[in-house]
Amino acid sequence: MSDQIAISAPSGVGSAARPKRARRPPFALYPAFRLSALILVASIVIVPLVATAIGGFKELGELRANPLGLPKVWQWENYRAILESARYWRVLGNSLLIACLTVAITVSLSAMAAFAFAHLKFFGRRFLFTYMTLGLMFPAATAILPLFIRVRDLGLLDTPWGVILPQAAFALAMAVLLLRNGFRQLPDELLDAALVDGCGYVRYFLYVTLPLSRPILSTVAIISFVASWNAYLVPLIMLNTNTLYPWPLGLMDYQGEYTTQWQLVLAFITLTILPAIVMFIVAQKHIVAGLTAGAVKG
Amino acid sequence: MTLTAIQREASARGGALTAALIFLPPALLLFTIFVILPIGEAAWYGFYNWNGFNRPENFIALKNYFSLLDNSTFKRAALNNLIIIAVSLLLQLPLALGMALLLAKKAFGAVAFRLIFFMPYILADVAAGLIFRFIFDGDYGPVSGLSQALGFGPIYMLASPTPAMVALLIVILWKYFGFHMMLFIAGLQAIDQHLYEAAEIDGANAFQRFRFVTVPQLSSMIKLSVFFSVIGSLQLFDVVMPLTNGGPFNTTHTMVSFLYIFGITRMRVGFGSSVGVVLFIICVTFAFTYRRFLMRDE
Repeated sequence: MSDQIAISAPSGVGSAARPKRARRPPFALYPAFRLSALILVASIVIVPLVATAIGGFKELGELRANPLGLPKVWQWENYRAILESARYWRVLGNSLLIACLTVAITVSLSAMAAFAFAHLKFFGRRFLFTYMTLGLMFPAATAILPLFIRVRDLGLLDTPWGVILPQAAFALAMAVLLLRNGFRQLPDELLDAALVDGCGYVRYFLYVTLPLSRPILSTVAIISFVASWNAYLVPLIMLNTNTLYPWPLGLMDYQGEYTTQWQLVLAFITLTILPAIVMFIVAQKHIVAGLTAGAVKG
Repeated sequence: MTLTAIQREASARGGALTAALIFLPPALLLFTIFVILPIGEAAWYGFYNWNGFNRPENFIALKNYFSLLDNSTFKRAALNNLIIIAVSLLLQLPLALGMALLLAKKAFGAVAFRLIFFMPYILADVAAGLIFRFIFDGDYGPVSGLSQALGFGPIYMLASPTPAMVALLIVILWKYFGFHMMLFIAGLQAIDQHLYEAAEIDGANAFQRFRFVTVPQLSSMIKLSVFFSVIGSLQLFDVVMPLTNGGPFNTTHTMVSFLYIFGITRMRVGFGSSVGVVLFIICVTFAFTYRRFLMRDE
């Protein structure tokens, strides 16, 4: 790209006073280059997904003979059979239950703790806050065996709670950090005024802090919901009964059962990722903002 | 104590301690039971040869750690983690930054492309791994199909070590670059446009503007992205299982999948815990030094 020769503006004069000129004259190829690069990458992203969805419409023999093209006869049967099976709805239902309870516990416990860290002055506050944020430093995988022993000794093995409680516990650190920073944004004068008027901390928390902090609360909820919905390791270790499996486990289970029938596996993959894709398209703004803002602010 | 009594007491500033005693314990308890204690127990179990039943009694000091260092599969797994980190930093970040530069400004299709690139990030790793197991399948997959259509033979990517590792890296790139791109877009949009105008006035060409305005202004986002890449690479597990299951010949394990296959499925609690401890030490050392030296101001 050739240098743009600077047109020296008289010093002290704002940009508005500069002579007008085309902003990007020397590189007319740029828009074409930009678009082709984007389309190339976008097709690499999308093709595997489309190939999976279309593969679910083929017969096994055609999958082998014609892996690239569209199916000659669209086999709706593959999808219909899965949609009519109890198994499909059960794994999604299990995931939904586990994710909702994980979110409920994570959000309520972390909001309460974050409120204490943000607004209450008590001995040991700094220490306890640092203690909770230790959870940001290491993944659940590092402690997974003792976690398994613990859940077993508590009698929670092979129950949804054996998945929900560890997941919520590992989500707490990030949630507390995000919410404390969020709650601190509320002006202190609000709390002072409330206290003078005889409103206690509990009521202040319930009726002022929570309603005013909806955006950051929903960020935390989205992060922990997505993490739980997609979680694999913790459920894999805690659950043995396949009627309790959330969908990632159910998917692996299904794949293990129909290893030789890719067309069915592909249809099953497509149908199990469908809810996530639909949710993403419907609520994309919130989901993208939640997942990235969570990373940035944490 | 009834709720009203709590509220009355908390109504003065002096009620802070009481309120803290209501707000904090649930989160602290859950966090301690399911995060902190298991990590401590991992350190303890790591010194024992234990199958998980009764109590750990067969104390073998550092033997687990020595056999870990002797284990060629573990060394290969640790090396794979390093390779994944290197590829994340050397390929994924530049790709993410490049796409972010193309998409940060409001332009035709920018929002749609951003969403497409981000979409793999919200899909479960398990589904992504399984999708690519199909894509790279030698008999039914499109990659092999394409190769056959071009007159070459079928390609069995997942059947030999190096191609399988390449396949794993491709899936990781596919899945995660969109997340980093979003971080960079947020960072780029926060840059004060006057800096570019000033640089232009000073005669900076496009590359110089990138090198001396964009990169320094984006440095905190780049540091964050590096941090997430490293921590994410270290705990990688979900993609490995459906894609290669660690194979062929145990060459595509990561430390966590090694921990799962050789510690958990065989109930070698002591040995598995020692893997967790090694991973924990690596994560915490990295997180501490990185934050201390590179993210000091954030």
